[in-house]
Amino acid sequence: MATIRVQAAPLDVGADIAALIADRHDIGGVGSFIGTVRNTAHGRRITAMTLEHYPGMTERAMAAIAAQAEQRWRLLGCTLVHRVGPMLPGETIVLVLAASAHRQDALEATAFLIDWLKTRAPFWKKESFADGGEAWVDAREADDLAAARWGALPAP
Amino acid sequence: MAATLHLLYFAWLRERIGTGEEHVAMPAGVDTVAGLLAWLRGRGAGYEAAFGTAAPVRCAINQEFATHDAAVAAGDEVAFFPPVTGG
Repeated sequence: MATIRVQAAPLDVGADIAALIADRHDIGGVGSFIGTVRNTAHGRRITAMTLEHYPGMTERAMAAIAAQAEQRWRLLGCTLVHRVGPMLPGETIVLVLAASAHRQDALEATAFLIDWLKTRAPFWKKESFADGGEAWVDAREADDLAAARWGALPAP
Repeated sequence: MAATLHLLYFAWLRERIGTGEEHVAMPAGVDTVAGLLAWLRGRGAGYEAAFGTAAPVRCAINQEFATHDAAVAAGDEVAFFPPVTGG
């Protein structure tokens, strides 16, 4: 059963890893992806990032993505946590964990989970720049291609 | 709710329209997302600014991604937003 959370509060990566493996002696490894806010984009310095999402649909989409991973790989647990609201460069924005008996399932599932999370969950990033400007982040074709390699339908 | 649509707008669509959410009476003659988009564009400058450009607009019906040829019916929750950029 996957752990799915959308939260405004800062992420505690260690606590989520500890919760995933607590009292489990069947897990052989945990794959992780930890996304953090960069301090530049297109040569402009970023002072803050704000994440908007679609409450209700977000959690449903994340649960569906986790269910896909659990169908495709032999997982013993997985965790998807995404922050929303304002955050600063260096802060963690997203955490993906996939636990399995062996590394291949854990690592492949982790890559799948973040690729699909980027292209199939309703989040939108807005960057605030040091020069006073702000802009919504454009979707990247590279992210769609990364997601498509898992045999998915084209991202909606 | 029977004869209304629950409309949601996100990101720059929300900013241009000026609201994130509204309930509207089911427009006569509208039965697809594309039809709803055409109707919305006629509702004012903010809607035209949101939906009248070449920028891609994505849609969800009742919290599931949908294409522009998908059917829309009274009582549906229909959301419009740019391509997603989370992660």
